[in-house]
Amino acid sequence: MAETALQLLLNGVFVGLTLSLIASGLSLVYGVMNIVNFAHGEFLMLAMYATLVLYQRAGLDPLAALPLTVLLLFGLGRLTYGALVRRVLGAPAHAQIFGTFGLMIALQGAAQFVWGADYYAIPTSSVAGRLVLGRLVVGLPQLAAGLGALGGMVALWLLLERTRLGRALRATAQDRDAAALLGIDTDRMYGLAWGLGAACVAVSGTLLATHYYIFPRVGAVFTLVAFAAVALGGFGSIPGAFVAGLVIGLVEVTAGYLASSVLKYVFAYAIYLLVVIVRPQGLLGRW
Amino acid sequence: MRRQVRPAAVAAAAVVLLALPAGISDPFTLRLLTVTAMYATLGIAWNILGGYAGQLSIGHSIFFGLGAYTSTLLFLRLGWNPWIGLLAGMAVAAAAAVLVGFPCFLLKGHYFVIATAVLAESLTVLFTAWDAVGSAMGLQLPVLASSLAAFQFHRSKAPYYYIALGMLALALAVAAAVERSKLGYCLKAIREDEAAAMSLAIDVRRYKLVAIAVSAALTAMAGTFYAQFVLFVDPPSVLSLSLSVLIALVPILGGIGTLWGPVLGAAVLIPLSELSRIWLSGSGRTLDLIAYGGLIMAIAVWRPMGLLGRPRREEPGGPRV
Repeated sequence: MAETALQLLLNGVFVGLTLSLIASGLSLVYGVMNIVNFAHGEFLMLAMYATLVLYQRAGLDPLAALPLTVLLLFGLGRLTYGALVRRVLGAPAHAQIFGTFGLMIALQGAAQFVWGADYYAIPTSSVAGRLVLGRLVVGLPQLAAGLGALGGMVALWLLLERTRLGRALRATAQDRDAAALLGIDTDRMYGLAWGLGAACVAVSGTLLATHYYIFPRVGAVFTLVAFAAVALGGFGSIPGAFVAGLVIGLVEVTAGYLASSVLKYVFAYAIYLLVVIVRPQGLLGRW
Repeated sequence: MRRQVRPAAVAAAAVVLLALPAGISDPFTLRLLTVTAMYATLGIAWNILGGYAGQLSIGHSIFFGLGAYTSTLLFLRLGWNPWIGLLAGMAVAAAAAVLVGFPCFLLKGHYFVIATAVLAESLTVLFTAWDAVGSAMGLQLPVLASSLAAFQFHRSKAPYYYIALGMLALALAVAAAVERSKLGYCLKAIREDEAAAMSLAIDVRRYKLVAIAVSAALTAMAGTFYAQFVLFVDPPSVLSLSLSVLIALVPILGGIGTLWGPVLGAAVLIPLSELSRIWLSGSGRTLDLIAYGGLIMAIAVWRPMGLLGRPRREEPGGPRV
């Protein structure tokens, strides 16, 4: 019994850390510019496919591919801002929402066009295998994904809190006009937020690709759950996203064990509804 | 800014639409017209909540699915006539809408949008796992002799077309009545500025609940129609997120918050998506999804107020929403 609980705790923490980083990226974009990116999960999906292509074509291990996918997705996020998001900044709310929705559908279609609807996996990598500690089993890919996500979040937090660039980004988030008056290029900051948001899911996606199936709609599974985590943590709060990711990871794994794996997402959705209605500012939200 | 559509033009269009099946022998075109009329109905229904009241929902498949499932289950389990099932479905959906609206109308902006999506996804998951409603296998309606009473037509599909036109006319009448009533003005006031509406003693909560109930009932009506049209319901076909998006997209493309916008939106979008599916998605590839997503982005960027709506004023930087 105790071992089962401990095992669930371990699994939940690893699932949760990956989710935390995905949610951090989503939360960052929302915090800086009040726009929800419905294509966030599709960025994750593209990172997974990028890892797969580098693995199949160049024989590159996912860990070695990580810097490449991060750069690639940073560029894609930046491009999305420049080509799409900047143009709907002054538009009514429904145009902003459906803008990224259109991107989500187009990216899913593009992935299916290029790679088909098949499920892919990366069976061998430098992190394949598992660690057995007494009766507890820890998958090395899950461990690597969890530690990688933790590293990504620490890096993001240091960037935001300890650098000039991060301060400019936070200033833009607080008051765009005031930041602009102080000579901050707010347009560049918005682009940076999109790049960083996508880079977050690049880390998650690349490490997820070592132990999760890769298919065109994989992102959709994570987007709504990431929304739940962002809401629970407080829209715009990175530490909040970290805590919320862990909570939802634990809830998902426990619900999957006690109830059924089909229904586990319903629990995550229920958390979203409960939080936004009962405590809309989230656990650690600023407003 | 709303364009005036002359009664004579409407009457002429109605005559043409009524006469169309006589001139069309090929079943594909008739089916396309029927489905277009159904989506126009759905767009009008969505518009009552999303357009007039400004509450953007990407969960309307909840109500479509409830309409389809209610009539189908009542027929299969209790032998109820599908027309009674249609009314029952509308009632179930309206009740569900009030249940959804009660907590969700506490939320604003993105919070509300995501809440509707999350509720729709939860319902999809539940229906996929729930054996009593056919789970992932879905429910098959038995083929009966063609008749209006049985709500099934096999040799000629023209009756489905006429029923779809009837639904469209009813939805238009409801929307027109809402537009001209106190309800319509109150909804628009809520959309423009909720706090100001409240200060005018408008019961914001109640009006939003009325709007979502009316919207849901009309959506469920189309849901029952769809179930009788294809004689099969399962979660992916009547409860999916992509259906919710399409329902919202019809009025957004045509002109959000306008009476005729959803009709125009359906007339453009549905043939376009059906044809692009045929031309572009051969061999299981999905160019049509890319084109569809691209179209949505193009609308968002260039015509955010839709084809009938006023063109967007250039506001560099713009206000933050």
